[in-house]
Amino acid sequence: MLEKPSSAIAANRFGLGAQPGELTAINGNGRDWLRAQLKGSPPGINDAQLRDSSDILAQALDLRREIRESRVSAAASGAALLKVPQLLRPIYVSEVTARFRQAVTTDRPFIERLTQFWANHFAVSVDKSLLLGLAGSLEREAIRPNVLGRFSDLLLAVERHPAMLIYLDNHLSVGPNSKAARNVERRHAERKIGINENLAREILELHTLGVGGGYTQADVTTFAEVITGWSIGGEQGRHPRGDPGKFMFRAELHEPGAKQVLGKRYADTGYDQGVAVLRDLASHPSTAHFIATKLARHFIADDPPGKAVDRIARAYLDSGGDLPTVYRALVDCPEAWADPLAKYKTPNDYIVSTFRGLEIPPDTGHASVAPFELLGQRTYGPGSPAGWPDRSADWDGASALMKRVEWADAVGQRVGNRRNAMELAPQLLGGTLSDGTRTAIARAASGAQAVTLLLAAPEFMRR
Amino acid sequence: MRRREFLACGASAAAAGALFTSRLSFANATGTGRSRLVFVILRGALDGLAAVPPYGDRDYASLRRDLAFSASNVLPLNDMFGLHPSLAFLQESFAARELIVFHAIASPYRERSHFDGQDVLENGYVRAHAAQSGWLNRALAAVAADGRATNKELGVALGQNVPLVMRGPAAVTSWSPSKLAALDDDTLERITDLYAADPLLAGRLADALAADAIAMAPNAAGEMPANRPLDGGTPNRLSSDVGTQLAPAKLRSKAAGSPGARYTEVIHAAAEFLRREDGPKVAVFDTTGWDTHANEGAAQGQLAGRLAALDAGLRSLKEQLGPVWNETAVVLATEFGRTAAINGTHGTDHGTATAAFLVGGAVRGGRVIADWPGLSSRGLYQGRDLMPTLDIRSVLKGVLGEHLLVPSRALEATVFPDSGGVKPLGDLIRT
Repeated sequence: MLEKPSSAIAANRFGLGAQPGELTAINGNGRDWLRAQLKGSPPGINDAQLRDSSDILAQALDLRREIRESRVSAAASGAALLKVPQLLRPIYVSEVTARFRQAVTTDRPFIERLTQFWANHFAVSVDKSLLLGLAGSLEREAIRPNVLGRFSDLLLAVERHPAMLIYLDNHLSVGPNSKAARNVERRHAERKIGINENLAREILELHTLGVGGGYTQADVTTFAEVITGWSIGGEQGRHPRGDPGKFMFRAELHEPGAKQVLGKRYADTGYDQGVAVLRDLASHPSTAHFIATKLARHFIADDPPGKAVDRIARAYLDSGGDLPTVYRALVDCPEAWADPLAKYKTPNDYIVSTFRGLEIPPDTGHASVAPFELLGQRTYGPGSPAGWPDRSADWDGASALMKRVEWADAVGQRVGNRRNAMELAPQLLGGTLSDGTRTAIARAASGAQAVTLLLAAPEFMRR
Repeated sequence: MRRREFLACGASAAAAGALFTSRLSFANATGTGRSRLVFVILRGALDGLAAVPPYGDRDYASLRRDLAFSASNVLPLNDMFGLHPSLAFLQESFAARELIVFHAIASPYRERSHFDGQDVLENGYVRAHAAQSGWLNRALAAVAADGRATNKELGVALGQNVPLVMRGPAAVTSWSPSKLAALDDDTLERITDLYAADPLLAGRLADALAADAIAMAPNAAGEMPANRPLDGGTPNRLSSDVGTQLAPAKLRSKAAGSPGARYTEVIHAAAEFLRREDGPKVAVFDTTGWDTHANEGAAQGQLAGRLAALDAGLRSLKEQLGPVWNETAVVLATEFGRTAAINGTHGTDHGTATAAFLVGGAVRGGRVIADWPGLSSRGLYQGRDLMPTLDIRSVLKGVLGEHLLVPSRALEATVFPDSGGVKPLGDLIRT
């Protein structure tokens, strides 16, 4: 009995849902299967359509400037303003399509789930206009390459990325005693420019220490001063231009002086001052505990057992935040293998596992975006930097369930008799397949209905 | 026959037995009288000093600089306070004595995390993550336990999932318009059977069907609700294109158009539920986008647009509720306020006290309730935020007691534990 659920747990909880044949390949050795995926460099996404963030951003900023400069009438400017979303929307669609295809077809689904976990940990949201074009590139450029590296490198790559700087307003933040601020004050006494503490606060609260992790409002404000100047290249008055759309440290915006964060003094080394604070945050015990808790909540239970959290946090601290070591500690937790259906799938999990299980070629264009919107988890659209929540109660609403089964029914209609649910059920659910589900599928009135019942089954709703 | 048609016309007894074994029964909700309550969560921390500018405060203009409002562009409430110029409906409601504005108000939360702040606003305790249930759900449970409610259920969340404030022991449901084709009866019955051994899914499915039955049934005048599928429930499936039953153009059109378009669906659904004698009496929905760190704008701009949409949504709710508006109270609340001064990027950072609103035909309005602490540097909380002088639990306790008739012992014991020192505000509701 223990052997079979172990395969299903590995494929469905740690992976993105079993493909036919995957459980047989795992053969009860779930831990080995997962550990093997951690070897080698992380898989990238090869898609010639996808563009670098700097390229996308430079074009979007150029377009914005053109619109600003050419504004003639109110009516014309309304139409002109639509040009930015018109540029970015197709980029968003191709990013989601590529991510979806990767999730459905990958043979290292554990790595893909971890990538999505970190993308949600470092969440940006497309309801801020430029992020429509940049959210996918943050994941591809900053997260994917570092998912099997050190947390400190992952952290630095994310916080430097233009998508994050723009999402949390840091590119606008100016040290009140910086050269730029003093110049402005000399010329326009009434104008106030200064810091914006948004990114600094969310780095402390959401990316590293966690709320209650031991920082104060003064730490937030000072850290915001530390990272003034972390900005983006491009036209900026008479200041250095830099590479358009790329990260750029703008010394003229940086608040001068040594600064004290979390009780430690950091000499003014310009850009490196921020890097030094980030390195210290990454190795802080609160960060270890916060990340261990989030991993355990995602992979073990909504209310993660303390023992598992401690084990993962210890691995984090002992290894200096080496992520594969942390993942191995997670996989080694006996608690992760105790309750085969402890987690309720998010809409994203549900859609991806359906496509994997039924081996449906991933859709492209609007069709790849639509199911996530319909089921309530628009890709890259959590609406806040906290990302999507990760507990059953956040996803198991009555209306959400109804939409899920309606969508399952649409999928059943789509594949019809071309899939045999009776044969697929044990291949996708392994030891978690219940007699009730088996019987319901066997008695279905049609092949299409059998598929719908497989997808609607309680054990397919969970992982 | 498709499910929604089936539910709408009452159906055959045998099949109905399977479908209506719901934990929910919306019938005869006498426990709360005829009162309706809507709770709107403004997620992201509404800038109370922009929504309700204290234009008469002598320190206000210097703190807000070019984002400051003045007597010439606020909608005045009195010599001290005005409404943001986008809030025309609220101003009319104030004049009609149907709006109370609360200022310098806050939950007991005193840090500056959105997510913990929202947790406290919703859980009704003093600390974040103190409970997995919300005060509004526990209030409904208290009404049911008091024996005055003949139904077990009174609440609906407008959305796919239920926000924390509405989670808890009392059965509630969630509802949102479906863009997918409904299940046929046979498949639905089989899924119901499949969930027989799974209490969570069985309960949720039954809740969804009960909510659909209300939302899709003809109203008292015999009119079909507008959110019934226009094709009468006929499946509209594109065999090769799962999840694209709705043309993308139609999806996008929802976001465009008039300011209120953002809330059209949710307001329509709320009115649909609350209008019905046999419907739920309490509705919850949330709105986002209030986190104005940069380029907040003043009379025009980012925040102005969001406030205009909210205002238009409330106007639409009143229109669609018709006479039921007179029995309705709407509470609008946010997790905390924003800094008194603007920051370096023409926005405001996370703060403490803010403004809140109570509006509706049932409200004894036309008042601003504020123990104004002033915006002088000595009056500010930690030298940067509007000082809280009113606990939002005072307002919520007052509304729950007077409007939903929640017993005061329950308000103290289960709805807002640890709120003994927080007295309910009286005379908020017309009698």
